[in-house]
Amino acid sequence: MTVSTAEQLRTGVGPRDIAHLEREWGERPSLHSWFATVDHKRIGRRYMVTAGIFFIIAGTDAMIMRTQLARPNSTLLSPEEYNQLFTMHGTAMIFLFATPMFFGFGNFLVPLMIGARDMAFPRLNAFGYWVFVFAGSVMFASQFVGAAPDGGWFGYVPLTDRPYSAGINLDVYCLGLLFLGVSTTAGAINFIVTALKLRAPGMSLNRVPLFVWAIVGTSFMVVFALPALNLANAMLFLDRRFGTHFFDPAHGGNTLLWQHLFWIFGHPDVYIIVMPALGIVSAVLPAFCRRGVAAYPLMVLSIVTIAIISFGVWVHHMFATGLPQLSYSFFSAASTLITIPSGIQIFAWLATMLKGQIRARTPFLFVVGFVVTFVLGGFTGVMFAITAFDQQVTDSYFVVAHFHYVLFGGAVFPMIAGIYFWLPKFTGRMYAERLGRWAFWLVFVGFNTTFLPMHVSGLFGMPRRVYTYPTGLGWDAWNLIATVGAYVLAIGLLLVLTSVVRAIRWGPPAPPDPWEADTLEWATSSPPRPYNFAVIPQVHSVHPMWDRRTRDGLARGEALSGHRTPQTSELDGQHERDTDMPEESLMPLITAVGILVLVLGLLWGWYWVAGMGATVLAGTLARWLWPPERSPQEAGIVS
Amino acid sequence: MRRSVSTRLLWASASAGVLALVFSLTGCSGGQQSTLDAVGPGARRTEGLWWLFFGISMGIFVEVMALLGWALWRRRRSRVRIKDGDAVGFISALGVVVPLLILILVYGVGLRDLNALAAPDDEPTVNVDVVGHRWWWEIHYPDRPQAVTANEIHIPVGESVRIRLTTADVQHSFWVPQLMPKTDLIAGKVNSTWLRADRPGRYRGQCAEYCGQQHAFMALLVIAESRPQFDSWLAGLVPPTDEPLTDAEQRGRAVFARSACATCHTVRGTSATATVGPDLTNVGGRWSLGAGAAPNDPGHLGGWIVNSQTIKPGNAMPPQPVAPGDLPDLIAYLRSLG
Repeated sequence: MTVSTAEQLRTGVGPRDIAHLEREWGERPSLHSWFATVDHKRIGRRYMVTAGIFFIIAGTDAMIMRTQLARPNSTLLSPEEYNQLFTMHGTAMIFLFATPMFFGFGNFLVPLMIGARDMAFPRLNAFGYWVFVFAGSVMFASQFVGAAPDGGWFGYVPLTDRPYSAGINLDVYCLGLLFLGVSTTAGAINFIVTALKLRAPGMSLNRVPLFVWAIVGTSFMVVFALPALNLANAMLFLDRRFGTHFFDPAHGGNTLLWQHLFWIFGHPDVYIIVMPALGIVSAVLPAFCRRGVAAYPLMVLSIVTIAIISFGVWVHHMFATGLPQLSYSFFSAASTLITIPSGIQIFAWLATMLKGQIRARTPFLFVVGFVVTFVLGGFTGVMFAITAFDQQVTDSYFVVAHFHYVLFGGAVFPMIAGIYFWLPKFTGRMYAERLGRWAFWLVFVGFNTTFLPMHVSGLFGMPRRVYTYPTGLGWDAWNLIATVGAYVLAIGLLLVLTSVVRAIRWGPPAPPDPWEADTLEWATSSPPRPYNFAVIPQVHSVHPMWDRRTRDGLARGEALSGHRTPQTSELDGQHERDTDMPEESLMPLITAVGILVLVLGLLWGWYWVAGMGATVLAGTLARWLWPPERSPQEAGIVS
Repeated sequence: MRRSVSTRLLWASASAGVLALVFSLTGCSGGQQSTLDAVGPGARRTEGLWWLFFGISMGIFVEVMALLGWALWRRRRSRVRIKDGDAVGFISALGVVVPLLILILVYGVGLRDLNALAAPDDEPTVNVDVVGHRWWWEIHYPDRPQAVTANEIHIPVGESVRIRLTTADVQHSFWVPQLMPKTDLIAGKVNSTWLRADRPGRYRGQCAEYCGQQHAFMALLVIAESRPQFDSWLAGLVPPTDEPLTDAEQRGRAVFARSACATCHTVRGTSATATVGPDLTNVGGRWSLGAGAAPNDPGHLGGWIVNSQTIKPGNAMPPQPVAPGDLPDLIAYLRSLG
């Protein structure tokens, strides 16, 4: 990785200050430091790489499924294999790819964008990453031994309960998701505290970059939505393993309880996935339109509105379950209304493009692709909000088409835009433009060729989650087209990967600010030094890097010494004090291993192993949280 | 380079729209499971909703693409300077006011249709109880004791039929797209829906809630026929047909009685009264074997009896060690039923 000297040249900071900061913040390359690092940039990159690997595996699952479905009555896969594939594809894409990938973006970018030197809880951050890796590995390991969950990503009882799913498959599902939930919750809390307490002086709430708003909105949704899923999974595990009857109607349990709990989490989760992506769009556009996103206050309002309304729409996943019609009408209204804030964002981006001066580089192309596909996904989204129509097309390929337009069009297109946009910052290298354009066109054409036909096969009555289908129902041609499209899409995605690898290996070194963009991550070298900013920026507007005052301050200011970062007030961003940041530590890794042992013990029913894991967990947590011995000055008690 | 990029962008966006139009206008409305070939009042409501939504969506799509295209096209035309201003009016009008009006309209129409789906406008004349099993449909006509069949529902054309939905195991969903939107079968709950077919025909349906290994083969057929045809079919279902059996059929009946068949299946009028598997009283006349897994002909029937696991892996019927000499008789007997 190259070290740009731009920082030293630009700031009024002397070489001795730099040497001091390097000493304070640098993590010497060693095996110990590899496991003990708490640097948000290293952790962020790891999140992205790991999530990328999970994406490749789950994407391969999808390619195998599309190959099976290319022709009717295909026997490439057995029904068990197909059912494991579609379950793992959905579960992994939602839980192990989309959210962790955006957490990777957030981890790397949020501290940089707000002018901080790390996340608020760096060790918690490292802990979250390790838990994510372990949980993901456990779930994928089950696939390679043929015992992957096979009850769908939504895991409806009673199918996922005993006796209908007797194997270990569904234990992997509920324990794996509980395990992963620890990581996601920790990450969300960290984002909220970081964004509220560690913003650079002057960055009042109305100057926070829209991407950070999106990450914070997402994190609040995670904090409120995930408990429902965790509860459901804990009850499922108790039902399966210890014979409780939460979901057993024969003993007073209720199978719809699962559906309610799952979707109280599940629908906000759609926005948990899409909202950071919308944040990326708002971050990418200013650089390529050469102006800020139009109507900043409306954008923030729509983020907050989505985060709130998303908790009032879950029953639209249950419109066919026979609940009272009156309740349907409420949830239908809420589900209809939630398109308004999304519409505001779409038209704000259009206004930004109309009133800006466009440079159509690769990230911008992916944003345009996003607008086209997300709008189409939005239309079908409104259709699903209308109960009568939903009852006809839900659980058909129409819904498969819809949510891929929303989740691939709405989340993956911006994600790829973000990868190209921030690649200079992530890696210190520039990508090759031509290859990027090829990748865009293949992804765009491949995506639409795959998923547009699924609207038709769905309208023609093809149910989802079928491992094969008979001929003669008008589905054959549409399925074949979709499969061809899937291969084109796969080639496009391979080109994206090639772009990244090529840039890292052979790309030209990136300047600190290749796009002349507006946010603070571009104020540091590419990639940033471990301390991010020698001089802590002063923020005077919503576009600090386009603001002379901030740039002058960065050029002439004094370095903030020590292993410290400023702490500011929640609303106005007024400087409160400089706070000490934790050093690298092995505690996060050991704690995560403790939980891993606990989970594996529970999974195999070796409860003494689980007890050992719990003991390790309790011990390391106590050690981790034990207050360090500090002087009163250091502890901030005496000033 | 730039020029061609934006041109291609426009082209691609337009072609996406055109493609969407093409499929709708080709006039192909799918097969006998298509929501776009509605034959009953329920499905006709949702087909109407689809075309309403489709029209509105295409209108807005064209609007958005035009704005996008304008932004991209204008860029290379002239050196437009950055205009300030937040365009709050533009965003509020196109992003709030217009969508809100459209959504209120759409929601209203949706409520009207939801209400229409709740119950038929005439009193149902036939009751049908549907019980979901992994992976087949058990069909009862409760007004006629013992009128039981599997995987097909006969209904009189032009009359409303009340359907009562329960499940014997996991969740399923009852869906006959040409007649009516779907209703789930929920463990521990009784749901109901109704059907009406406006013209005679055979309408295919399929389980729409994932229910495990053979979810793909849990199909059913609704056969709408004239009232006299329906009555005679129903009458034929209750007392087992007393048609004289051929020698082969008689031998087959003996095989059925003494082998494992009778431990799981019912053939009314005989000693076979078990209810683990589908009632076979009229199996010879049904549209398929294994709820859509195979056509109902002598060859497939033999294959199914000997080892149905090769046709529909995971179904509850174990392979049957029927002596090769007995198999043709057994097939002949089963074919004679119904």
